[in-house]
Amino acid sequence: MAGFLLRRLVNYVVLALVATFLAFTLASATFDPIGVLQQRNPPPPAASIEAKKRDLHLDQPIPQRFVTWMSGVVQGDFGRTVADRPITDELGRRIGVSLRLFLLGITFGIVFGVLLGVVSAIRQYKFSDYFATLFSFILLSMPVLVLGPLLKLGAQGLNDAIGSNVLIFVGEATPGFQGNWFESLVDRLQHLILPTLAIALGQIAFYSRYQRSSMLDVLGSDFLRTAQAKGLTRRKALFKHGLRTALIPMATLFAFGFGLLVVGGTFTEKIFTWYGMGDWLVVGIGSQDANITATVTLFVAVCVLFSGWLADVLYAALDPRIRVN
Amino acid sequence: MTVILNEGDAAGTTGAASGSPVDAAPEPEKAMTRGRLVLIRFMRNKLALVGLVVIIGMYLMAFVGPLLSKWTYDQQDYAAFLEPPYADHIFGTDKIGTDMFALTMRGLQKSLIIGLLVALISTTIAAVVGAAAGYFLGVADKALMWVVDLLLVLPSFLIIAILSPWFRGKSWWLLVIMLAAFQWMITARIVRGMTLTLKEREFVKAAKFMGQPARKIIAKHIVPNMASLLIIDATINVGSAVLAETGLSFFGFGVQSPDVSLGTMIGLYAESATTFPWLFLFPAGFLVVFVLAVNWVGDGLRDALDPTSTRVRRKEKKTKEKAAA
Repeated sequence: MAGFLLRRLVNYVVLALVATFLAFTLASATFDPIGVLQQRNPPPPAASIEAKKRDLHLDQPIPQRFVTWMSGVVQGDFGRTVADRPITDELGRRIGVSLRLFLLGITFGIVFGVLLGVVSAIRQYKFSDYFATLFSFILLSMPVLVLGPLLKLGAQGLNDAIGSNVLIFVGEATPGFQGNWFESLVDRLQHLILPTLAIALGQIAFYSRYQRSSMLDVLGSDFLRTAQAKGLTRRKALFKHGLRTALIPMATLFAFGFGLLVVGGTFTEKIFTWYGMGDWLVVGIGSQDANITATVTLFVAVCVLFSGWLADVLYAALDPRIRVN
Repeated sequence: MTVILNEGDAAGTTGAASGSPVDAAPEPEKAMTRGRLVLIRFMRNKLALVGLVVIIGMYLMAFVGPLLSKWTYDQQDYAAFLEPPYADHIFGTDKIGTDMFALTMRGLQKSLIIGLLVALISTTIAAVVGAAAGYFLGVADKALMWVVDLLLVLPSFLIIAILSPWFRGKSWWLLVIMLAAFQWMITARIVRGMTLTLKEREFVKAAKFMGQPARKIIAKHIVPNMASLLIIDATINVGSAVLAETGLSFFGFGVQSPDVSLGTMIGLYAESATTFPWLFLFPAGFLVVFVLAVNWVGDGLRDALDPTSTRVRRKEKKTKEKAAA
């Protein structure tokens, strides 16, 4: 089993490198930071443009630029932005902002998605099943860029009804907030609820559909009947034997789901004005900055691959056949 | 309406052979053809029928609606700035007095055309590449599998966003091509898998031994036998293409001004959702309803075309259902 997981890990590291290389190459080939500089009014002197070109290594071929950048990354230096600020300074804070959102979103998404799927499978064609189906159909048709503003609208209505700002939908914390750790925590929570919902609702809908169909397959199986025949209660049979089997095909979905989450996260950050990695990607492309873009891609790739690898671990944990081979 | 159902008919006549050899045997009296059966099953599905009506209604509305309105998108009403919906402007006006109905229709037009084109192109590519990869195997096959893997790590959203500075200011056709270029891979992989099994079927072998060239076998025997899958996929792809387009346009990475799409409108007015909700709610509502309708039709087609479909035999406990993605 350790061999299997190690092989997958190596495979993922190679994929992440290729993905980052591709993003870096594409970005370097299409971006024109000098063009942006030249459009300034008054135009900067030719000498400073030349200096900028040298600073950005634009005189070198793209593969060589990538090697230069990558060798920096290995040592923990992600290069400098077009505006000549070190990327590494900002990276940690932005990763913190995004990961907080992603981890909460995916945890809620998986837990409630799986629960909802299981419940609607067990109560197939009952009212709750139809309700869950309708709920996920609507949410799956509703991208974050619609859901986010709608949540804001709902939160505003709620705030007005209560008469105080319970749910805050701008930023990740009140700027210049003063108070003890508990008040600060409450403040952060108030900011966190809506963006987390924006991400988690879509995930819940996504996972619940798959979980429902995989649970339905298991419900009709012989081993579940056997488990009940040998004296297990239905609940115990369902959760010890049924759910575990039904989760196996879900494990491979988690990697897919994470890709979805990262893209959704970009919208969430923009809508709720969080300055995380998704926001940075938009900033990076806006300022035609290959280093920022490649850094964000690397982050996305590492996240997706880590979740893919985690899915493999889960797969191995759930399915004994993998461990034997 | 006729377009999709006629395609279903075509699938019925050619696809019957793959379903089961018994069905394909010529029957003496006027038996029910598979096309009719599919039609009846589809019509029985209320949600899918509603979805179909909504889709046709939206295409009609997008192209006929502006002709009936007395305002055009480039007119400004200096007597109405930021007015909520009322008799004269049924969707209200924005801050320079543009009629939101005319603008929304224009955005809807662009989004719907892009969705349709991208779906047609990407499904065609998927059929050709997937069938060729599965039929010939070898290098092309390896490359396809690898590209699909890579796309999981490097979401197409990211790639197109990175390339967006390059097609900024150019025709929206480039965006159609870019979206299609990144949407076919996962379908192609499914097509590849189906080709692998079809390749071993008697009728394909017979054609091969009769000396048919591979190109003809793929075009005449393999692709028509996957018509069901391709129709369903093309339908679902319209929805995902519209979502991808709006997502990119939201950040200004997709449709560029002077063109308008639902995505650019949502991007522009998302900020105003809490203050001037009608600016945001109309384009967002059209987007969600359209995607929802597409998903319902896709689901209905799947149930109608799939012989092991659940809705037809819903009494049976053991069901096999694919989740709507």
